[in-house]
Parts: sequence; structure tokens; C-alpha cells
Amino acid sequence: MIRGMVHRYGSNVDTDVIIPARYLNTTDPKELASHCMEDIDPEFVKRVKPGDIIVAEDNFGCGSSREHAPIAIKESGIACVIANTFARIFYRNALNVGLPILECPDAVEGTRAGDILEVDLESGKISNVTTGKTYTAKPFPPFMQELIRVGGLVNYARSQLSRRTRAT
Amino acid sequence: MRLTEVRADAPKSVEEKEVKYPMGQTITQKILAAHCGKDYVEPGELINARLDFMLANDITAPIAIREFERIGAETVFDKDRIALVPDHSTPNKDINSAQLVKAVREFAKKHNITYWFEIGRVGIEHTLLPDEGLVLPGDCVIGADSHTCTYGAVGAFSTGVGSTDLAAAMALGETWFKVPEQMKFIYYGKLPKWVGGKDLILYTIGLIGVDGALYRTMEFTGEAIAELDMAGRFTMCNMAIEAGGKNGIIAPDDKTLEYVKPRAKRGYKVYASDPDAVYKDVVEIDVSKLEPMVSFPHLPENAKPVSEASDVRIDQVVIGSCTNGRIEDLRTAAELLRGRKVHRDVRLIVIPATQEIYLQALKEGLIEIFVEAGGAVSTPTCGPCLGGHMGVLAEGERAVATTNRNFVGRMGHTKSEVYLAGPAVAAASAVLGRIASPEELK
Ligand code: SF4
Repeated sequence: MIRGMVHRYGSNVDTDVIIPARYLNTTDPKELASHCMEDIDPEFVKRVKPGDIIVAEDNFGCGSSREHAPIAIKESGIACVIANTFARIFYRNALNVGLPILECPDAVEGTRAGDILEVDLESGKISNVTTGKTYTAKPFPPFMQELIRVGGLVNYARSQLSRRTRAT
Repeated sequence: MRLTEVRADAPKSVEEKEVKYPMGQTITQKILAAHCGKDYVEPGELINARLDFMLANDITAPIAIREFERIGAETVFDKDRIALVPDHSTPNKDINSAQLVKAVREFAKKHNITYWFEIGRVGIEHTLLPDEGLVLPGDCVIGADSHTCTYGAVGAFSTGVGSTDLAAAMALGETWFKVPEQMKFIYYGKLPKWVGGKDLILYTIGLIGVDGALYRTMEFTGEAIAELDMAGRFTMCNMAIEAGGKNGIIAPDDKTLEYVKPRAKRGYKVYASDPDAVYKDVVEIDVSKLEPMVSFPHLPENAKPVSEASDVRIDQVVIGSCTNGRIEDLRTAAELLRGRKVHRDVRLIVIPATQEIYLQALKEGLIEIFVEAGGAVSTPTCGPCLGGHMGVLAEGERAVATTNRNFVGRMGHTKSEVYLAGPAVAAASAVLGRIASPEELK
């Protein structure tokens, strides 16, 4: 169960504001996290606590394919991102690096900055402790649940590979 | 129903087969079906697709390499089907970037990667790969870069992914996709002078918004697309991602094959959409009334006709990037800059997208025109497009750029501004010191 404070954003939060290109000369998660959200919310890194939750509106993570973006968010301590929709590359990247994401327009509408949310990733249940309301996010398709279950794409690819080696 | 695709290099003995599909398919569906061993795929279906080609750059490859090593693969699935293109921070802008490129170089050498492009031979990935004949009609391609959708212009399915996806693909030679919903854009009417691919795509994104094609295919069709040269078609497919699209695609025609044939490094296959293919949305656009377009900060969807943008003073103009750094773009800019001077308050930076284009521009005298006008010409690089180097903006500065993104801070300071346009508007603006239509140059 995740329990944390909400950092609230609008639509089209792009990967350039999540992690600006001037910091892409490193792949170190800690260094990336120290600049997370810098160009949209310079106070974010000072405010964020482990377990906190980002809530945003449409098309979260649009723009570049940089995996540095979900890596920076995850490393900053964010436990989960909830949005109306995610840009498709960000969606894949988040699953691949193990950053939990949920699509739930109702929860987005009913959530303000500073609210406390409780999120159960398995059931997709989101409770807003501050307002007392509860919501249910769209479940992942079975294949993606499987990806999450095995611990991300690296593990999945590793098992595929060993299956092939055994076959030959 | 007929199978409309024919093998471009097919021996005469291959005959078209009669195949029964549940219903007609688009070019995108047919390519995806062919790569997962099926006759038909449906939007929403999850498939595992074989990949013909894949790429990563100096920003995304280092993470892909780290993840590839975590997967534990000893070799890449095929050393001839991977390109590693150090184009973003090169020529290496600082020590950290040099370290990253060095790591990619060592990986390329270790795995004997055929298409490792060293600086001096490198170009911007999405211009380089089609020009080198590495991405071809009917291909299924991924790249760890969001503008991988560019190759739809040759009739390929291609889309951007992240580094971990690419790592798994380098090991396995395949990846998963959700078959996207299909969206068709029909452009009819005659293209006015100075209106090109960039203007069509900015107008389209303005119409549907930056998530108007989220998770979907954008198939571009119609007489105005047939009229466009390959450069304009690359520009349009390049920016499909700017509407949230999974892929942009244009079915190959004679112009495509004329471009592809002398370059192709492998065989290829030409597909077309069935007349009864099913689209979630069809958008029709009359191009004959369009003006050159400009997208205002800070989203590509803020597109306006250039005539509504005349009072915007600018500090910099960038002509280049994977969107508009082709020889045709440079010719358009040079036509307007010949015998003219860049405005004294403006810095003009011109970046040919590849070495081949650079050389061609040199031979045609275009470089001379840019330099005489007072512009700076750079070696191929992404550079200022992502605010990396070679023309970063200061606080409060404004740039007109032929690039594809005008997000907050994209080209430098968070209080700088980027206006997106085609090469004609960019060149005219460089001369007049404000956003301007080429018609204003007398
Ligand atoms: S030119 Fe710009 S958009 Fe194109 S690949 Fe380089 S950084 Fe990305």
C-alpha cells in the first residue's frame, strides 16, 4: 500500500520539464533525481518525500523518449504517478523501469495539491484520505500485469533469452 | 479481397494471393501483421513483432547498454540491424558527454555493430538512416528516440521507445506493441507557394492538439501529399509524435521508390491500405487556403498563420534538426537569403542534418550564401534543438526554429521562447528580425 502527499500538475507535462536536456550528460539516477521537475516546479525536489504521489491531467510525459524522466521521478521518491492519460513512450518506460502509473480521470479530478492519497496498486483502488472519496483506476491489460509481475522488461527479456538458449 | 502489397524486388513468378481478411486493413496493420506472422491484426491487439531495424543515440544508448548487460545477453541479435548514432551532444560538448559517447563506441566495437557512425560521418539519426538506405518500405522499426516515427515517410512502421525497450530488442530482435487505432488525414487542393510539409503538420497539430492522435496511427494521404517531395513527407511523419501519435505513415509511391531504390541496403516490401480499411477518424484538410504556419510557445499545437504573428521580435533563428535539415530545406532558406543580410539583432544558425547534405550544400553554393548573409553554419548535430549546445537561449530570448518542439526550456532558459516554423518563414524572419512571411521579402 502506498500512502503519500500529492504533487499536482496540469496537462502535457513534457519530459523536457521533468528532466531538462542540460542534465542528460549523465545516467546516474541520483543526479537525475536532484533536477527532477526543475523547469516546471523548482521547489519539487525540496518538497518531495519518499512515498509521495504525482497527480497530473492529460498526456503526462509527452515529448522525448528519454527514460531519464521516469528514472528521475522514481529516484526522487515518488511512489506512483496518477494521470488521465500518459504519452505512450512514457507509459512503456515507466513500466520498464518499475515506476507504478495509473490512469484514473475521476481521481485526478477529485485531487488537489497537498492531499494525502492511499493507493493499492494490485486492485487499482485510490483513496483520498483528505476528502474521504475513493476511486478505482483502469486495470492493466494482462500482458502488462505479467511484465510488472516478473519485475519489468529486463527480467522478462532474460527469461525469453534463456528459453531460446534452451531450445537451441 | 486482394492482397495489395507486392514485393518491390519480387521475381515475376510471385503472384498476388487471394486472402480472406475479416475486413480491410491499413498499411500499418498489414506491416504489423506481417511482422508477427499473421494475416490480420486488429487495433487494440497486443502483438510480439519481429524487428527489421533499431537505433539509439548518444543520450539513450548508454542506458540501453546498461540494461542490455543486465539482461545478460552475450551478443546482439543481429549486428547489421542496429544503428548507434551519436548525434545529440556531438561533437562532444563536455567531458560527461564524451564519456557517454566513449561507452557507446566501446559497445559498438565489442559487438561489431556495422552501423556505428563516428563523428565526421555521423548525421542526425532520422535523416541519416533513411538516406543511408537502412530503413525501408514495409519495415518494422523501433528507436530509442521519440522521432523514430519519421521513417513512416518511406512506408515503414516505425516508432519511438525507451532505452530498456531497446535493450530487450537488441537481445531478442523483437518487441511488443499494442496495434494502434487508425486515423487518416486527407490533404486535398493545391499547395500554395511557401506552404510545405512543416506547415501542413503544424496546421494539423493545431487542429487536433498535442494528444489528438494519442496511441494512434496518423496516415497521411491525398493529392497534396502526392505533390510533396520526400523532404516534406519526412517532416510530416517526424512530427506525428507531437500529436501523441504512435506512428506517422505515407504509403509509398513513385517518388518514394525513386528515393529508396538507389539507397536500399536490403530488400523491401511495398504495402498500401485497402480501400475498405477501417479508421477511427478521418480528417480532411483543404490545403489551398493555407498560409505558412508558426507554432507559438510552449506547445506545437499553438499554430497560427504567419500573417497573425508579425509583431514578434526575435534573437535567434535555427534552421536544421531531424525535422527540417535536409537539402531541400537548405535550398528554400538559401533562395530567400541569397544577396540578403541577416538582421543585425539576429543570430542565424544553420545545421545541415548529415555530412552528405553538408557536402551537397557546399557544392551548390548554399553554404556560401548562408555565410555571406551573416549566418553561422555548424557541423551536423542536434545541438540547439534540445537546448544542448551550439546555440542555447538566454533568459527572455526568442527563437524561430525549424525544429519540432517548443516546450518550456527546450532550447535553453525556462524564460526563453521557441516559435516553430518551416525553413521559408525561418529565413524571412532572420532577415527582418521578427517573425515574417517570405512574401514580405521584396
Ligand atoms: S534534431 Fe532535435 S528532435 Fe531531432 S533527434 Fe535531434 S534532438 Fe531530437
